[in-house]
Amino acid sequence: MAEQTGKKFNWHIVVFLAPAVLVYTAVMIFPLFNTLRLALYTETENIRQFVGLDNFRTLFGDPRWSESFWNALANNFWFFFIHMLVQNPIGILLAAILSHPRLRFAGFYRTAIFIPTILSFVIVGFAWKLILSPIWGIAPSLLDAVGLKSLFAPWLGREEYALTTLALISVWQFVGIPMMLIYAALLSIPEEMLEAGEIDGITGASAFWKIKLPLILPSIGIISILTFVGNFNAFDLIYAAQGALAGPDFATDILGTYLYRTFFGFQLQLGDPHMGSTIATAMFAIILIGVCIYLFGIQTRLRRYQF
Amino acid sequence: MKKHTLGSALLASTFLSAGLASAQDVTLTIESWRNDDLLIWQDQIIPAFEAAHPGIKLQFTPSAPAEYNAVLNSKLDAGSAGDLITCRPFDASLALYEAGQLADLSDLDGMSNFSDVAKSGWSTDDGSATFCVPMASVIHGFIYNAEAFEELGIEEPKTVDEFFSVLNTIKEDGTYIPMAMGTNDQWEAATMGYNNIGPNYWKGEEGRLALISGEQKLTDEAWVAPYEQLARWADYLGDGFEAQTYPDSQNLFTLGRAAIYPAGSWEIAGFNTQADFEMGAFPPPVPNEGDECYISDHTDIALGMNAATENPEAAKTFLNWVGSPEFAEMYSNALPGFFSLSSHEISLEDPLAQEFVSWRSECNSTIRSTYQILSRGTPNLENDTWNASAQVIRGAESPADAGARLQEGLASWYEPQQ
Repeated sequence: MAEQTGKKFNWHIVVFLAPAVLVYTAVMIFPLFNTLRLALYTETENIRQFVGLDNFRTLFGDPRWSESFWNALANNFWFFFIHMLVQNPIGILLAAILSHPRLRFAGFYRTAIFIPTILSFVIVGFAWKLILSPIWGIAPSLLDAVGLKSLFAPWLGREEYALTTLALISVWQFVGIPMMLIYAALLSIPEEMLEAGEIDGITGASAFWKIKLPLILPSIGIISILTFVGNFNAFDLIYAAQGALAGPDFATDILGTYLYRTFFGFQLQLGDPHMGSTIATAMFAIILIGVCIYLFGIQTRLRRYQF
Repeated sequence: MKKHTLGSALLASTFLSAGLASAQDVTLTIESWRNDDLLIWQDQIIPAFEAAHPGIKLQFTPSAPAEYNAVLNSKLDAGSAGDLITCRPFDASLALYEAGQLADLSDLDGMSNFSDVAKSGWSTDDGSATFCVPMASVIHGFIYNAEAFEELGIEEPKTVDEFFSVLNTIKEDGTYIPMAMGTNDQWEAATMGYNNIGPNYWKGEEGRLALISGEQKLTDEAWVAPYEQLARWADYLGDGFEAQTYPDSQNLFTLGRAAIYPAGSWEIAGFNTQADFEMGAFPPPVPNEGDECYISDHTDIALGMNAATENPEAAKTFLNWVGSPEFAEMYSNALPGFFSLSSHEISLEDPLAQEFVSWRSECNSTIRSTYQILSRGTPNLENDTWNASAQVIRGAESPADAGARLQEGLASWYEPQQ
């Protein structure tokens, strides 16, 4: 009893951490580093050879590879831009409306808006493909009913609209997530603070802009970075709606589909795991840089308030 | 306690029976992308084989066509692939053979039933080794709604001019969409478009082999002309064809809303059950009256053996049976539109399938131009052809530009074209 246990090595920490560390290493850390390693090799005549950074030289130097890569990256930024421009403001707006104390059926709206988030990409992709189909879709007949048939176009099949359409579909699916996070942040703002503002004459909309918005800025930052990572890892929706060739004419090709085509191959094109890993490494670097900019450039400057 | 004993008794008997079954029977697993054929395998092919060969059980485990190659390669690398592998033609399977994942079947008895052309899709470039038993080919052409043709008083077109006048007649009448095809999925434009009508321009095998040897280029008249015809198709495809998918096109035709369907013979079985009108078929129209006709009679599907199988003898027994006339007859009739490649005489019952197969005697057969050797490099000619065909139909690229782009891509890695 007299002896202190503090100086002994705490084995139970290791024991409790071990399962998580082992599983995480096996399914995340090892594959990640192995992919990075694979990018430094190539295969000729079924023999794997170390080639250093040659694959990156091909990816960025050979116009055939680099054009597809920059096209995919530009499309990816557009995809992200639409999300930031449409999904997050709408999410904040919905959260602001939902958190209004006098709104009736708030629980119902909250659930209804959140439900698409739990649907599978495949279901969302096919359902929207059918909705927008020029042949069987309800979009043309709905527009017809309000006399706007002339506005209808086969959006998913036109180069200039396809990517934006898909981005908006994705926004429709995921708008519930920023809404929920902001909603939670808004609920945690103490009543006293709003009442204090009211005494100083800040009510209604200006209470939102001057009190609530500064307080939820950290949550908006988190949502932005989640959107960034999610969008640059996106693949499923494009694959479900447009296939691996990301038509028309690669207008909807993003890094995920480009990686899939290269790594696993497509139709007569055989898979090339080494060039695929090179693309995966480039994607990893882009996401890492984006997250670092956020963490060191923005997060540290955000002011936090303690209640 | 009583429950417990009962439970373990049940458990023991389950293990026991499973153990007994595995001691007696060898179970062979078949990898395939033909998930549409699941019922035919389960109801007809497998029972027929198992009845004749007690002791060998078969399991047909297909995956989705678009994912098949990726799934199969991963399974083979991981050592979890089935005993029998359905082979894609040419390079996909050749690569598996060269990697030692498909066994050499040159000495298999059943192989003697196939011609060299039939085996070409699954042999090494020099023809010395064959690694899959050819099962079937598919033929391209156009399937049409015979009742619509009768109603409008039009007949099967023989030449390209007649073809477009038929399309004009249907368009002017307005009851039917002249032709059911979309560009959303891209491959129909290349497979049912470019490679369907193309052989008439590049003269089938002659042009195809000249392209491989480097004597012809994709910028030549013979290779650009099919694109010029495809560009004219756009006016006759339905509204919003840019977003029309492959199943959309199939449904438009089988619901009787479209009159002509640029087809592959694999559609026959599905169309027979879906469409409740009389159908006919005509081969791709020739450019000028009296020209010799060429059809795409593409070696499409074969069956090989996983080199790592634990039951090579049983697998070979099955593959020999696949090479037999019994299998050829059963397969061709169970799946009208997949025409057996074996040299046996086979009687077909389906009229539409008979029509397709009759072109073999009137026209010269060839295979799709992009499949042998030419899609080995990056950029991939087949994928580029999908893209170019869809682009040309949508009017986003001129036929000449498309030809130039494909030629440039091919020449970038294929020596004979440099």
